[in-house]
Amino acid sequence: MESFKDFIDFLTQPTLMLTLSMVTFPFFFPINDWFEKWNRRLRLNLLWTNAGLVVVMLGLALFFVVGVQDAEFRLIMLKPDNVPIVGLIFLVYFFMWVSMKQASDNDARLSSGKKPNEYHDPDEKVLVWPDLVYVEFISLILCMCLLLVWSIGLEAPLEEPANPAATPNPSKAPWYFLGLQEMLVYFDPWLAGVVFPTIIIFGLMAIPYLDKNPEGSGYYQFKNRRLAISIYMFGWIILWVLLIIIGTFLRGPNWNFFGPFEYWDIHKLEPLTNINLSEIIYIKLFNTGLPSNIFLRELFGFIVVFGYFLVFPPLLAKTVLKRLYLQLGNFGYGVFVFLLLCMLSLPIKMYLRWIFNLKYLIAIPEYFFNI
Amino acid sequence: MPAEAEKPMQEKKVSKQAKASVGEGTIKEKVQRRSFISWLAVAWVAFAAATGGFLTMILRIFFPNVLFEPPQSFKIGPPEEYEIGLVDIRWQAKFGTWIIRDSEGIYALSTVCTHLGCTPNWLENESKFKCPCHGSGFRKSGINFEGPAPRPLERYKIVMADDGQILIDKSKKFQYEKGQWSDPEAFLVV
Repeated sequence: MESFKDFIDFLTQPTLMLTLSMVTFPFFFPINDWFEKWNRRLRLNLLWTNAGLVVVMLGLALFFVVGVQDAEFRLIMLKPDNVPIVGLIFLVYFFMWVSMKQASDNDARLSSGKKPNEYHDPDEKVLVWPDLVYVEFISLILCMCLLLVWSIGLEAPLEEPANPAATPNPSKAPWYFLGLQEMLVYFDPWLAGVVFPTIIIFGLMAIPYLDKNPEGSGYYQFKNRRLAISIYMFGWIILWVLLIIIGTFLRGPNWNFFGPFEYWDIHKLEPLTNINLSEIIYIKLFNTGLPSNIFLRELFGFIVVFGYFLVFPPLLAKTVLKRLYLQLGNFGYGVFVFLLLCMLSLPIKMYLRWIFNLKYLIAIPEYFFNI
Repeated sequence: MPAEAEKPMQEKKVSKQAKASVGEGTIKEKVQRRSFISWLAVAWVAFAAATGGFLTMILRIFFPNVLFEPPQSFKIGPPEEYEIGLVDIRWQAKFGTWIIRDSEGIYALSTVCTHLGCTPNWLENESKFKCPCHGSGFRKSGINFEGPAPRPLERYKIVMADDGQILIDKSKKFQYEKGQWSDPEAFLVV
């Protein structure tokens, strides 16, 4: 049992966990034929079958049943704030299964020349009242019952009156913002707190204008929309849900990382002396002091950031995203690739922090401008 | 089959209702075009007045009768009360400042993290301020060295009052990145 816990603690180190999930992700959501071949060879497509649902759900349940025996994990798992996240893990997989199962069924039908399942849906219409409203009404009552029982059974995690001079340690955002809080560890507040959330919202709004693929309109399917679905699922599962899970189960006092079965030691020492790119270049590389001119000091940061946004779009348009570029045209492709690069900047920045202890690429604290 | 049978019945019902609800004859006779516009003006004025009044009430909230804010400048006793090499957190809750005395003198650090404004904790063993929100860390001097905080903690004006007590004025801040820590008021030589 101890070695199992140690193994889980080892596996859930965020650096390892994020790397593993990012590397294995295209095998679960294959983006091209090669990954699709391996997806079938590794039997990962069984995840979206009835047996897969049962196995994954039982596996997750087993993990939490075993986990709750551990004193440290019980504290995290049964904290009223965190109980919904345990449910969320089951629900996210369930709803992914609901759509992916129908999608893979339809993929099989389409490849054997049949019409998708939804094509055979009955044509006759049902009335809003009573057919739809009744179902909604009953669901509403059931949800109310659940919330009532929940709120009575688990006491609200109320604390003492707010005191600006005493911040709880660790201080966690509401669960739905834990992804943003994780992002704030790696970015300046105005980027992670203002610019990126805005880009996320506008990016989600832009999806129907960028994804004009008529395949799968009105029915579930994966094969002909694999890039679109995979990109979306990457942002949703890894950069949002996984970060919420990390924030819930793996962040402890002083916002340090802790394994789920690890004791929350407030004095856990993690040397994280971070430096800016300008300091790496001028002090470590050139062995000179920082130039007093701000622009000269941050020149390399500007080159990296502008290079990232100026070099990659044409490069990708000529190589891997060639077909997409021809489909979307200049403007559509520009918006798409900008959103994509913004999304990828989060894991990039996380790795830069973990590997090089890099704080900011461009650091101009004088004018509150840090990237 | 039953669905088809119902259809004409429903249509009849809808058209009948529509006629009754518009009530063509009655409204046309009572409200003329000109009077309608003046009534509209009255309605708009009333609406604007009500909205304006409501907004004024909301604005009033921003000017409370009583403000429970600690004073911006305060005395914290004579320098002898502060031990050399220690971070004094006794004024953290009341005034939001840490008093630190080193071998040369005394300075007052702001307790507001420069990342997003949480209050860091002083960890004596690790000799650092550590923020519980996003993990920013600051040295005893206030210099940021870990986590996302982009700049060092701010220092407050610290001077000697006439009665031999230390006087701290939070309305005057000194920022390291602007080179203000060398200001004589940012540091009390003891």
